[in-house]
Amino acid sequence: MHPAFSVLFLTTLIGVGQGLFLALYTAEVYAVVELLPKPPAHFYWAGSLIALAFLVGGLVASFFHLGHPERAWRSAARWRTSWLSREVIVLPLLMGAVFVYATVHYFDLDLRVLGIDTGLHGDLSLIVGAGGVAFAFLLFLCTGMIYACIKFLQEWATWLTVVNYTLFGLASGWLFATAFAAYVAPEFTRFFGYWTVIATLAVFVTRIASLIRNGRIKRKSTLQTAIGVRHRTVTQKAQGFLGGSFNTREFFHGAPVSVFRSIKWVFLVLVFPVPLILIWAGLSWRGVGLGEGLYYQVVS
Amino acid sequence: MKTEFPNTETLHFPKSCLHCEDPPCVPVCPTGASYKRPEDGIVLVDYDKCIGCKYCSWACPYGVREIDEHQKVMKKCTLCVDRIYDATLPEERRKPACVLACPTNARLFGDVHDPDSEVSVAIRENGGYALMPEWGTKPANHYLPRRKQRIKIHTDELVRADNPLKKERAQPKPDIKEPSLDDVTSW
Ligand code: SF4
Ligand code: SF4
Repeated sequence: MHPAFSVLFLTTLIGVGQGLFLALYTAEVYAVVELLPKPPAHFYWAGSLIALAFLVGGLVASFFHLGHPERAWRSAARWRTSWLSREVIVLPLLMGAVFVYATVHYFDLDLRVLGIDTGLHGDLSLIVGAGGVAFAFLLFLCTGMIYACIKFLQEWATWLTVVNYTLFGLASGWLFATAFAAYVAPEFTRFFGYWTVIATLAVFVTRIASLIRNGRIKRKSTLQTAIGVRHRTVTQKAQGFLGGSFNTREFFHGAPVSVFRSIKWVFLVLVFPVPLILIWAGLSWRGVGLGEGLYYQVVS
Repeated sequence: MKTEFPNTETLHFPKSCLHCEDPPCVPVCPTGASYKRPEDGIVLVDYDKCIGCKYCSWACPYGVREIDEHQKVMKKCTLCVDRIYDATLPEERRKPACVLACPTNARLFGDVHDPDSEVSVAIRENGGYALMPEWGTKPANHYLPRRKQRIKIHTDELVRADNPLKKERAQPKPDIKEPSLDDVTSW
């Protein structure tokens, strides 16, 4: 595969956006049941506007891999069969929910504006946020299924693809939330930091699981079934396109052997230990003892 | 079995869209630009709807879709849908161009759902098969097994018994010191 950079940006950016929004909502739920202190007012609306910016950034990036971006609206047409179409629908829905969530927090609206008094401060944002959470997880499902539903690409055709997309999105979003909290609401830093570590460890497990699975895949198709010649030794000697073709460009990464050999290990180092070490260093560097996060939860 | 030259065979394998009965490239298309015609089963791309996202090319297990770098839309074999329904052409010319062009008649065209059509008979009687049947795509286009052409050469055919000049033997060669044609003719 030779994925377009715009697709990489799309999945990475919306993953951060989704994860960040989920982090904010989790913090709000914790604060409502008083496991965490109340953060400053701008924590939620500024945070969700940043999440929205990530989602918009991803959407903008996705336009660059289309041959006809001006027709992109058409891609919502086949939601009955196409996961790509479903993603195209759920992404704006999530954006809308995140925007409303930010608005509700900015104007500090309650259900009272609708004439319902639940006596709970922030009830409206909890409801809107719950909708956003549903859309965020739905979007993870759509993004993952775009790849997982292609059964011929046996490396992708597994539920692990969806799980990995979800957990990577959560890990990156929570990581961003940790940094964001360090600036805006330091009392939340540790809370987000711990969750980032949990998400990163979880995705480490599932990603390793899919690497092991992919290493052992038994190919359903062979050169024999591809041409219908029953012979034990069939070798492909030429691709039929001396000057290259769409297939040779789209389905071959074109990277040198050294890059190809090392990419898995570079990925395993950069994505798991490095963020964990950095987050551990960052949390300790702030001079807060390990028990302090719990301490905050207890006194608040 | 030895698999080194000369005990090898070369196979050239032309392949275009197989117009699958259950085409995986169609449901994944987000715009509906990829579609299968209900009336004749031809799988086509609507170039006015396609956004060029290339998703369908990932989903085709046969690798027969290709983005048009100039028009930025997905293209593939159309089974010459414009030719085969062109009433201005004489009946026997209403076939895909590749079928008409093949000098050895290696390609046949017809209705695979009609048990008496030329293609159905060929598939049935000559052991026609589908490519990668394991994915359940049920390609409409079938391939016929190769027929090996063997010529038996007998040793006595290698030498002409009635050859008075003994052409197969080494030709007479003049000595290096003798004059050659170059020395006696002026060009
Ligand atoms: S061969 Fe490929 S492009 Fe053609 S119908 Fe089948 S899946 Fe679609
Ligand atoms: S490239 Fe065109 S035909 Fe293929 S999936 Fe995208 S919109 Fe559909």
